[in-house]
Amino acid sequence: MLNAMAAGTLVAIACGIAGTFMVLRGLAFLGDALAHGVHPGVASALLWGFPGFVGASLSSLAMIAGITWVTKKSRLSADTAIGLLFVGMLALGVVIVSHSQSFSGDLVKVLFGQFLGISSFDLVIQSSVTLLLAVMAFVLRRPFLLLCFSEEQAQVSGYSAKLFHFLLLVMIAMTVIVSFQTVGTLLVFGMLLAPAATSTFLSRQLGSMMMIASGFGTLSVYAGLLLSYHFNLSAGGCVVLVAVGIFFIVFLFSQRSRQEHFHG
Amino acid sequence: MVEHAITLKEASIGYDGRSVLSGLNLTLPQGASLALVGSNGSGKSTLLKTLAGLLPTIKGSVEILGDKPGRQPLRISYHCQFHPNSFLLPLQSIDVVRMARFPVRGLLGRFTKEDENIVRESLAYMNALELSEKPVNALSGGQKQRVFLSHTLARKADLLLLDEPTAGLDVYGAELYEKLILRLKHEGKTLLVATHSIREASQCDYVLLLASRVVAFGTPAQVMTPANLLDTFGLVAQFSGTDLLIMDNHYRSDHA
Repeated sequence: MLNAMAAGTLVAIACGIAGTFMVLRGLAFLGDALAHGVHPGVASALLWGFPGFVGASLSSLAMIAGITWVTKKSRLSADTAIGLLFVGMLALGVVIVSHSQSFSGDLVKVLFGQFLGISSFDLVIQSSVTLLLAVMAFVLRRPFLLLCFSEEQAQVSGYSAKLFHFLLLVMIAMTVIVSFQTVGTLLVFGMLLAPAATSTFLSRQLGSMMMIASGFGTLSVYAGLLLSYHFNLSAGGCVVLVAVGIFFIVFLFSQRSRQEHFHG
Repeated sequence: MVEHAITLKEASIGYDGRSVLSGLNLTLPQGASLALVGSNGSGKSTLLKTLAGLLPTIKGSVEILGDKPGRQPLRISYHCQFHPNSFLLPLQSIDVVRMARFPVRGLLGRFTKEDENIVRESLAYMNALELSEKPVNALSGGQKQRVFLSHTLARKADLLLLDEPTAGLDVYGAELYEKLILRLKHEGKTLLVATHSIREASQCDYVLLLASRVVAFGTPAQVMTPANLLDTFGLVAQFSGTDLLIMDNHYRSDHA
């Protein structure tokens, strides 16, 4: 249980950092696609017996390269390119899974995570990647913020919009890869999105947004694990449900305080 | 040798290899102000984006402050026409203005008291200090424009590229902008302003009339002739010194 709580906290911190940039830059759909796009890589890893995070990394790289290529070479909008790669990778994952009869148990773990099956080695990997994400966010916060404001302003300020957009995608992909084992590929997107979206109601500054997002994420992990333990429910599902629940509570309060401010 | 602010030689500019303006030849001295005037799609924004380093030059050569576009981020500031993400960005307005100082301080350099003073002074100049703590996505169009102009000012650049800077501004905001232009000229800054406003253009040292080609280039009095205005806008009009008096408003279909 201690390992589960530590892993959940690390997921919350990683998702709080990458998710805040994802929300500010308006990349929620891309985050969703990356989270689901790791399926073929993870399924291949299970099939051929290499580590899941290696397969997830290869899948993420293929997704990023594919989206960039289609957006650049065609006149299609980015969301069309993302959607195409999203369903394509998901379908490939389904095909690979259907190829093997012995997948069902492992597949459930991939989709919904295995909070209670996290080893100490997994925790070391998770801690290292989370630390790397925090360092990247600190060092690159200025070009990332400019990018969130305007690609043109980032470029004119001397920061290559293409390079820093790519690095932002890499950060989101790293978060997905390091988190899917704990919360699952279906639910990691919820942890990326819900706490970060909640934090935008409560703060107007990047650093505090990330801290609030990580805090709400951690709270969701502990409350979700408690619910899961007492009612014998899916741990990953409970954690994300709590995160989305917190979003709606804060959203309703912020609407109310806005109305009071407006009328008062 | 005196460094020119802008030098274009037989330049072709446009998008994805397709020219919007071709064979451009232009030299602008440092400290001068130039208004780019023309109807929609005439090439004003394309020229500013090329000079800002956002679009590659298709043919010929383009130099800005003695270098290729995009090479001197500290000396050039660009105010773009439209910020698509500004409707969503929940960040404080003052943080958006602070972003103008990022290239000055680099990735890890600490913000100084001087940076903070420049940011506040820029906001004050556009009367936007009271908007400092408001999120950008909660501002009206005119308020956003004042904050974005403050951002452009806060770079403290030698050359400013302004794409329709008065769009969305009310009468008071436009007055602030006029004062700002006078101040920047007094400080010796080079200004390039894309505008639909003849009044705004008449305040600049030079005017470049565009209609997917160069119609005329010179001082406002030289350039704003009825023949040139007919060629640019398809309007029979007369320039009164600060305003355009439209004598006949039948818009020529070949200017659409």
